[in-house]
Amino acid sequence: MKSKRSGWKLLTILVLSYAVIIAVSVALGWDKFIVLDPKGPVAEVQQKLIILTGLICMAVVIPVIVLMVYIVWRYRDTPDNDAPYQPNWHDSKLLETIWWGIPIVIIIVLGIFTARDTYKLAKPPVTDANPITIQVTSLDWKWLFQYPGQKIATVNYVQIPAGVPIRFQLTSDAPMNSFWIPQLGGQEYSMPGMAMQLWLQADKPGKYFGSGANFSGRDFAHMQFVVESKPQAEFNEWVKQVKASSPELTKEGYTQLAKPSTAKQEFFSSYPDDLYTEIVDKNGGIYMKHEMDSMNSGSYNGSTKP
Amino acid sequence: MWENIKDFASTFFVTGDPLIYGADVSIALTSIAIVFVLTYFKKWTWLWREWITTVDHKRIGIMYLIASLLMLFRGGVDALLMRTQLALPNMKFLQADHYNAVFTTHGTIMILFMAMPMMFALFNLVVPLQLGARDVAYPFLNSLSFWLFLMGAMLFNLSFVIGGSPDAGWLSYPPLSELSHSPGVGENFYIWGIQISGIGSLATGINFLVTILKMRAPGMKMMKMPLFSWSVLSSSIIIIFAFPILTVTLALLFLDRFLGAHFFTMDLGGNPMMYVNLIWMWGHPEVYIVVLPAFGIFSEVVATFSKKKIFGYNSMVFSMMLISIVSFFTWAHHFFTMGASANVNVFFAISTMVIGIPTGVKIFNWLFTMFRGRITITQPMLWTLGFIPCFAVGGATGVMLAVAPADYQYHNSYFLIAHFHQVLIGGVVFGYLAGIYYWWPKVFGFKLNDRLGKWAFWLWNIGFYVCFMPQYALGFMGMTRRLYTYGSDTGWDLGWAPLNLISTVGAFLMGLGFIFQVWQISYSIRKGERDLTGDPWGGRTLEWSIPSPAPMYNFAVEPQVTTDDAWWKVKEDRAKGIKPAPVKYEPIHMPKNSAIPFVMSVCWFIAGFGFVFDWMWMAIPGLIGVAICLLARSFSYDTDYYIPVDEIERTEAALRGRTV
Amino acid sequence: MAHATAEHSHAHEAHESHESLKVLGFWIFIVTDILIFGTLFACYAVLHTHTNGGPGAKELFEMPGVIAETFILLTSSFTSGLAVLAMHKGKVKQLIAWLAVTAVLGAAFIGMELTEFVKLVEEGHKISSNAFLSAFYTLVGTHGLHVSIGLVWMIGLMIQLSRRGVTEVTTRKVTNLSLYWHFLDVIWIFVFTVVYLMGVM
Repeated sequence: MKSKRSGWKLLTILVLSYAVIIAVSVALGWDKFIVLDPKGPVAEVQQKLIILTGLICMAVVIPVIVLMVYIVWRYRDTPDNDAPYQPNWHDSKLLETIWWGIPIVIIIVLGIFTARDTYKLAKPPVTDANPITIQVTSLDWKWLFQYPGQKIATVNYVQIPAGVPIRFQLTSDAPMNSFWIPQLGGQEYSMPGMAMQLWLQADKPGKYFGSGANFSGRDFAHMQFVVESKPQAEFNEWVKQVKASSPELTKEGYTQLAKPSTAKQEFFSSYPDDLYTEIVDKNGGIYMKHEMDSMNSGSYNGSTKP
Repeated sequence: MWENIKDFASTFFVTGDPLIYGADVSIALTSIAIVFVLTYFKKWTWLWREWITTVDHKRIGIMYLIASLLMLFRGGVDALLMRTQLALPNMKFLQADHYNAVFTTHGTIMILFMAMPMMFALFNLVVPLQLGARDVAYPFLNSLSFWLFLMGAMLFNLSFVIGGSPDAGWLSYPPLSELSHSPGVGENFYIWGIQISGIGSLATGINFLVTILKMRAPGMKMMKMPLFSWSVLSSSIIIIFAFPILTVTLALLFLDRFLGAHFFTMDLGGNPMMYVNLIWMWGHPEVYIVVLPAFGIFSEVVATFSKKKIFGYNSMVFSMMLISIVSFFTWAHHFFTMGASANVNVFFAISTMVIGIPTGVKIFNWLFTMFRGRITITQPMLWTLGFIPCFAVGGATGVMLAVAPADYQYHNSYFLIAHFHQVLIGGVVFGYLAGIYYWWPKVFGFKLNDRLGKWAFWLWNIGFYVCFMPQYALGFMGMTRRLYTYGSDTGWDLGWAPLNLISTVGAFLMGLGFIFQVWQISYSIRKGERDLTGDPWGGRTLEWSIPSPAPMYNFAVEPQVTTDDAWWKVKEDRAKGIKPAPVKYEPIHMPKNSAIPFVMSVCWFIAGFGFVFDWMWMAIPGLIGVAICLLARSFSYDTDYYIPVDEIERTEAALRGRTV
Repeated sequence: MAHATAEHSHAHEAHESHESLKVLGFWIFIVTDILIFGTLFACYAVLHTHTNGGPGAKELFEMPGVIAETFILLTSSFTSGLAVLAMHKGKVKQLIAWLAVTAVLGAAFIGMELTEFVKLVEEGHKISSNAFLSAFYTLVGTHGLHVSIGLVWMIGLMIQLSRRGVTEVTTRKVTNLSLYWHFLDVIWIFVFTVVYLMGVM
């Protein structure tokens, strides 16, 4: 009797805990799961992969749990249990082949999908539009965005044209962080002395949540930023406006900005030309040239030069 | 003068936080209480003779167990502090610095100062008995390992009240952990605490590898060895290959901080990414170091309480050895998003998934051990049954994380946090608890109370799901790990707050479960069911063939093994009426107690403390003390003795007489 | 009487197996030490070009001294082998003498290495100058530290041998020490090749 209860109790807990989550999720609204609500091609590939692999895993785990509960109930040690008892049965080539085989097949399937999408995402999203580049620097504890094509810079706010692939170049002038805009695509580390690339794209205009994902010290929790995607014309307008109405970012200004502090959104009409290269090089970029070239020629999300 | 002292004290002692003053007071009171009790009951010599200088693996195991439970408490309190701070948006319970210190110490303590010693406790308490051996291969080294671990742990914990805790995460990634960004002594405590205890861990790995290879009872071929011992073997092999990397990595970080070297700095050519690679080359195998012995425990427990031979013994052995090898080729999955090439990511993604194959096989083998058995749900079995669904889900999310392109979305998020807690709590903690409940009567001679234990189990289990299932969802909501707070915008607009609150409730349920266990132990010490048979569960392996607790020499006569499940065979023979061969005692060779391990570890502690504060006047004498201890050991030749036959006869008569 | 003999032979057997157990443990320790050096070599390989514009291996290393060091250490490895041979013949004095020669050679090696380091530091090439030098000093210094510890061990062992002669216990100790010494020699060959030879080439 006792054993029967325990098995069922376990199952009940599992089912209940998932039910609670689903209930809470429904109450909150499904759109709160921003990772599963992609707004760009990269995030979309990843969302499909997440759902696919999640389903495959559930297809394995649920039967295992049900099987466990059944076995515990069926072979419980009670005097009136008439189930077969074979205390010395400990070997079956057939059974073992089956359960070495099942996971191997599953891993092969998952491996194929993994490889397919890893290589797919190593290329920029396919569109007719010309990509633009945004250079991202993680600082203590804020994000600096430089637009080499537009010659403007922003802090903790990044605006992008909708439907255009964006080549984010990531570096850090502080302990490493990770640049993440869940609705546009997965994250990538921003590392001192390296300029890594992350291709992202927003399909439609909208406002998205972005944050630093890798702990970098005291005020790491405040390294969140806003990503706004606008139609190309409005984006151009915004650039013009920033150029007209914002102060310049000087070298001194950058030194001030790089000091440990939190920051609100800021806008700059220009910045020193070699600022980004300087940041990368002084933190070890001079040694990385070779490695970065090879990295950029094959890396995920990232990597082909335009 | 007075000003100087005040100045020194205000940086030396951690000040300004009521929690820390509370800790100061409680540490002081506990120390006074311990000193008082020991003095009042005249127990100092007892403590010194029976415990501090002991080289008996059973006593060392008990000391590991006590230490690990204390560390579980400390790490658990850290967890509850964090969950309290995150229960609602904009909580002011902990400051950023304090929160960062708490999550750092929580991780470090739980892995290195809770899981590792609890694992070593089980190694020590069980392996020699299971092998039919009288001790481990190197009893002196074993004692040294324990004291090094304890001194390292003490050094690390001291940072809470003296100097300041480390706050750069449990793996202390540079450049955050470099002098440039962490100028305090916290990181030094981290380095030396782990380094000192790490030497002990490495020695334990060597010790148990040799013990298992060379000290088995006559006739116990490798493939007749109990599966727990196999799991210890595979875990020890990983320790031997992984821990040296940790030693070097921490030493290099220390050189950066201490001598201004540039291994991992941002300037002058340092390479922080190299640290990330090195630390995970140790860190990933480390996970398998702690989880493999749990697999071994489940194998023992499932067979015993299904009254059936373990299913697929050969597969079980093969899969553990496979895991221990493949575990060295997966480290880069901890940083798929660090810009490695697609080829590298695909390689590490698939190698990581491959680990899932032998692990899945083990789960099926446990299930089919129960199949056509007769299952009794005792406390160890309950934890095992709690483990299977928990670990299956945790393993599945692990496979999901291994899918590199998807990992770009999970990485550093609460999805990851939920995953590794599910495998570490569901796998390691549940496993070790199952082991502790299982072998407790063997170690202490009484069972732990059933009713209180069931309360503890259900609180832990329900608490676990309530705490961590919402965290998977939080990951999908974009919540990243290590945030000390979140605003009402992310809390309500992004929907983080309600799930965080639920998660906090779950954490406190687990805390309550722990309290029940403390209650259970203290209740059972007084009123627990005594084990007079030496075999309270109907065990199958040799440790159940001797009285509980085992006498100092374990086996009066070396057991002769002919088959696996050696003790089960003896019982079967007895049932058939086959008489055992008459016993003839011979003098037993035993190692003598030694104070050197303790003294040497204290010297390491002194040296470590000196290095933490850059006080060479303290560090150098400490190191000289270590050298003197080593030489003293080398020059001592009178290290063992024989227990005469008549003493064995007397002990056995007393022990066996009790059982009749 | 018969009882006592049996007990003695039993004890003898247990002792012997215990000593061989310690040799096995020492071999495993050597494996862990190989990993320590392996990791340090890997770090050196990553960082050896990171000179921050300062002089590199080619400019800094003076080969004649290093080659002399290498010969000294190789010779000491040979003499430690002779010590083991003497031990197997049961000649304590010869054994101690060969160990003494080995120790002197080891000390000479350490002396030369220290001189090299001091000279470099005086010229301003410190461990804190750049990542290349950090990796260089740490790798070579760790080897030097091992040799130094070996020297202390060797002296302690010579004292024990002079007091106790060749016994099962001292035999095991000399075996382990010579194993350690040969191991350090092999590591040095790698240091010499990877750091110095490949550095100046």
